[in-house]
Amino acid sequence: MVKKLLKSLREYKKETILTLLCMVVEAGMEVLIPFIINAFGGCVQPKLSDGTYGEPNVGGMVLYGAIMVVAAMVSLLAGMLGGVFCARASAGFAKNLRKDMFVNIQKFSFSNIDKFSSSSLVTRLTTDITNVQMAFMMLIRTAVRSPLMLIFSIVMSFMIDTTLPVIFFVTVPVLAFGVFFIAYKAIPIFRRLFKRYDALNGSVQENINGMRVVKAYVREDYESEKFSRVSNELCVDFTKAEKIFAFNAPLMQFCLQGALILLVGIGSHIILFGNTALDAFSLQSLTTYSFQILMSLMMFSMIFVMLTMSVESAKRIVEVLDEKSDMVNPENPVTEVKNGDVCFDNVSFKYSLSAEEFTLKNVNLNIKSGETVGIIGGTGSSKTTLVNLISRLYDVTNGKLLVGDVDVRDYDMEVLRKNVAVVLQKNTLFSGTIKDNLRWGKEDATDEEIVNACKMAQADEFIAQFPEGYDTVITRGGTNVSGGQKQRLCIARALIGNPKILILDDSTSAVDMKTDALLRASFKKFIPDTTKIIIAQRIASVMDADKIVVMDGGMINAVGTHDELLSSNKIYQEVYYSQNRENGEEVSVNG
Amino acid sequence: MANGVMSRRGNVPLPGKMRKGVLKRLLKILFTDYKPLVAAMAVCIVISAIAGSIAGVFLQNVYAAFGKVVEGVYSASDGWAEILKIVVTMIVIYALGWVSSGTMGIVSAILTQRFLRDMRNRIFDKMQRLPIRYFDTYAHGDIMSIYTNDIDALRQLVSQSLPQLCSTVITLTTLTVVMVYYSVILWAIVVIGVIAILLVTKKVGGKSAKYFMAQQQAVGKTEGYIEEMINGQKVVKVFCHEEKAVAEFDEVNDKLYDVSNKANSFSNMLMPIIHNIGNIMYVVIAFIGCGIYIATREMSINIGFYGIFNGYGGMVFPLSISIVVAFLGMARQFANQLGQISNQINSVIMAMAGADRIFGLLDEKPETDDGYVTLVNAEVDENGNIKESDKRTGRWAWKHPHLADGSVTYTELKGEIVLDHVDFGYVENKIVLHDVSIKAEPGQKIAFVGATGAGKTTITNLINRFYDIADGKIRYDGININKIKKRDLRKSLGIVLQDTNLFTGTVMDNIRYGKLDATDEEVYAAAKLANAHDFIIRLPDGYDTMLTSDGANLSQGQRQLLSIARAAVCNAPVMIMDEATSSIDTRTEQIVQKGTDSLMLGRTVFIIAHRLSTVRNADVIMVLDHGKIIESGNHEQLIARKGKYYQLYTGAFELE
Repeated sequence: MVKKLLKSLREYKKETILTLLCMVVEAGMEVLIPFIINAFGGCVQPKLSDGTYGEPNVGGMVLYGAIMVVAAMVSLLAGMLGGVFCARASAGFAKNLRKDMFVNIQKFSFSNIDKFSSSSLVTRLTTDITNVQMAFMMLIRTAVRSPLMLIFSIVMSFMIDTTLPVIFFVTVPVLAFGVFFIAYKAIPIFRRLFKRYDALNGSVQENINGMRVVKAYVREDYESEKFSRVSNELCVDFTKAEKIFAFNAPLMQFCLQGALILLVGIGSHIILFGNTALDAFSLQSLTTYSFQILMSLMMFSMIFVMLTMSVESAKRIVEVLDEKSDMVNPENPVTEVKNGDVCFDNVSFKYSLSAEEFTLKNVNLNIKSGETVGIIGGTGSSKTTLVNLISRLYDVTNGKLLVGDVDVRDYDMEVLRKNVAVVLQKNTLFSGTIKDNLRWGKEDATDEEIVNACKMAQADEFIAQFPEGYDTVITRGGTNVSGGQKQRLCIARALIGNPKILILDDSTSAVDMKTDALLRASFKKFIPDTTKIIIAQRIASVMDADKIVVMDGGMINAVGTHDELLSSNKIYQEVYYSQNRENGEEVSVNG
Repeated sequence: MANGVMSRRGNVPLPGKMRKGVLKRLLKILFTDYKPLVAAMAVCIVISAIAGSIAGVFLQNVYAAFGKVVEGVYSASDGWAEILKIVVTMIVIYALGWVSSGTMGIVSAILTQRFLRDMRNRIFDKMQRLPIRYFDTYAHGDIMSIYTNDIDALRQLVSQSLPQLCSTVITLTTLTVVMVYYSVILWAIVVIGVIAILLVTKKVGGKSAKYFMAQQQAVGKTEGYIEEMINGQKVVKVFCHEEKAVAEFDEVNDKLYDVSNKANSFSNMLMPIIHNIGNIMYVVIAFIGCGIYIATREMSINIGFYGIFNGYGGMVFPLSISIVVAFLGMARQFANQLGQISNQINSVIMAMAGADRIFGLLDEKPETDDGYVTLVNAEVDENGNIKESDKRTGRWAWKHPHLADGSVTYTELKGEIVLDHVDFGYVENKIVLHDVSIKAEPGQKIAFVGATGAGKTTITNLINRFYDIADGKIRYDGININKIKKRDLRKSLGIVLQDTNLFTGTVMDNIRYGKLDATDEEVYAAAKLANAHDFIIRLPDGYDTMLTSDGANLSQGQRQLLSIARAAVCNAPVMIMDEATSSIDTRTEQIVQKGTDSLMLGRTVFIIAHRLSTVRNADVIMVLDHGKIIESGNHEQLIARKGKYYQLYTGAFELE
């Protein structure tokens, strides 16, 4: 997993290494200063063999003073540079990771997309990446620095005195054991609690989305009570868990100050009764080392916590990076779609190979260029699945699907999809002007082409009514146009590329009947040679089609014209009469 | 959401536009609502901070004892006895510190969690009291981020930043006192160092804060772009837009990298800078201190309160090595503490921004309710008068107190709704409903048809007072609905919407949502009425099947049947069905229709539908166009009239 992630480091490897180097230098200087101050102290009050102090060595003082200033300067420089390199490395790492994920997602086929929910993909690209970025930053700044500080400090301590630093062999294990024990105890509890916390936030989301229902049923108090009950439980449990962490600070202080007491006590005894070079400066240096050693331990435990917290994020990122698109362009692809013929040759399909049931079973269907084909059927009858195969959004499991007499798998995918325009059921507009949105269908479309497509899609009229016309900015998600307007814009976007096959997947459900009829009339008039495949709920939307396909349970139940089906097909009749309940009346209406 | 109201991202205040006094208000809440906990915290912080910062005093005394032994004032064993005393004092004082910092951790856990719980509850309570307008105006994601990001920022503030800052201030004060006690001269060096640190912090920290703000914005932008693209990923595929999407993504991604890099660079620089200014301070103190000592020896050159208390007869006394060495440690500690402050600044700024948004929500005007007419259980006495009853009689009446003479009248709940020349607009000066008049007799079925945006949903928003009308009157059983308490008004209206909005819980819970005290039998009856019973008992756990995320494990039609059952159990005399069946196919609709048909029986029903077939058998069909009722009548009348309805209806057939 780590290897996979680090692949995205690329051009920022240099910065990462520089950061590590800077940190080594910084740690070295950091540890050097207390050592020099001890030597410095030796010059101020050179200890004579009889235990009294000799004359100060001013030259030595100046020398050591200068060394310390230089060390501080070098440490400053290394620290600042390290900070800068580290920021660049981690931000760059995050950038590359985000890009690699995004690029890979762009390669996803529909079945890959179906695997992840879009909100989870968004979280992976944002929050998870940020977590990894922070962890990476922590890691390269401290992963080298902390252990080095620890080792250097211990070594230096022993260079000052050979007995006193033995104290560290008591304090270090106590602190290390204590801190990791606390983390070990607390982390799993916190993980569980955070899950519950997420669930609480989930219920808030539900509440906000369902506010109309809450208010309509006067359930405000009920919801408040429900919320405060869970919120209260969480408060109690979080408090319990955090109390475990409350031992961290006193433990740290205990070790730090305990070391100080031992240093002072034992050190003083040695200074007073032993024959040693130790003095006040040495004690000062040793307390500094003790502080540095314990601090690096604490940093270490923080990295540990941070890493365990970000492991989940890293896993989720790698999952996306590892997802391989299951659809690739063929070698020597066909780059021209001859005509709008569509032929299903005994096609079966299931969404996942392990699924027991086929979603589509033995479909045989011939559609000639320029025909209008309606598809009718209940929810779950696989209408959408059927048309999604045509532009190779999914690959057929068995059988063959030909477009323009060529198997769809032999086409260059881009060519195929440019020629088979699908207006999806769940469609979206993107933020940008209406023109921007329409140019999705044809990048270099002229204004005239745009207006033409919109006229055909019955969208020109309402667009013209906007003060900004075709330059009207669509907000994110297309919230500033109505459902029907959105659908018509989506149709225009599909029409603009002049496709050989146009597929409307329930794309006029929010369009009123009259406009719907106008739409179909204009298709007939302006794009007679384009094959039109229309999925609809309303019989009215398909009844004038050349042929109507009735789908039921993943199979074609019947194919025929409106009149044929109305006289012979049970499902069609049912649907028809559910929409025109009083049979016979429409005769009087039309009559 | 509602027609005519555009969703906007208005919840996030721009930097510099924050409400005034956010911190003060936050502190006031902390200090008034959690007085004992805060007090306990304060005591613990003071004790542990002081205990943590007086090491210098101990060390100075120890070093002084060394000096005296060397000078021959003490014998070695006298010196040892002196040091042992100090060591014992250290143990006692430090032990006190450990106890209090342990206590502090526990108190802090309690305080933080209670504070967060109370804030959460307060926000949620408040949110329940806000009018629908609020939810139609602000993006739901923005409201959500109050619960996630902003509350998290507060957690950081209360559990970390505030205690840390207090502790730092006390430590710094203690250190200053001790330093001034020993040597004003050496302290002056520290002061110079501190000024340098402050200047650098201000400069670098300011830059860092600036770029962090920019980073926040860039993150928002990137997230926005990602969200949009990922949500439309299938459209991207269909139009082969992948490469362009990547190119656009590169642009936002690079920008984010740029500011993220800058923000973190500056913040990463801060610590080494402060730390090394501390180091230089350390060296300078050692050098100058020792220099003074060597140059002056027994001459009285040092100034400090130490002199007054140690028999020098004033503040002037000789500087000793013990003082210089003790100072070294203190100077280091001082610099470290300043570093701590700089560490907390960003999180304080974030917490303030979060608190600002939280207060923004808490300060929102709640939904007002001036109604005084209430719904009561009613019974009819022997004279045929309606009387209030404390039993559940199954009959309801409006209790209408008259303020003028103190009398009370009872009107039986029948379900007659009258709209009388109603005007309405979601925003002022932009009227979406003009002069709408409707009369719905009890038990009648009123349908609204018209294009999207014609104002159909708006009318139902007005009847249950999600929004208040601008002009005209709406009467329920002859009572102006403005006089009816909102909760009672809404209780008397059942509602089924296109978005089913089921809640996490069992099927039983979800149906019972319509009437919390409904018995199991009532729930079954409602489910049967709604035609939902059959599919429910086929679910793995029947009525105890858990539903999550809006019933994702059910089909659209099943979800809708549940929401109809939910409306059925509340048994209101008036029902509103807003596009209840428009997202299900017509065959499934047949099944749902059976549910709605029996539900509608004997009730006043307002029905909004896209499909004309659904509304054909309504008693009155209102055709809406641009907020006006242009035609009304039953199906036959409207067809006969050959107007807009006729066009709409026959539009489907005109191509035959």
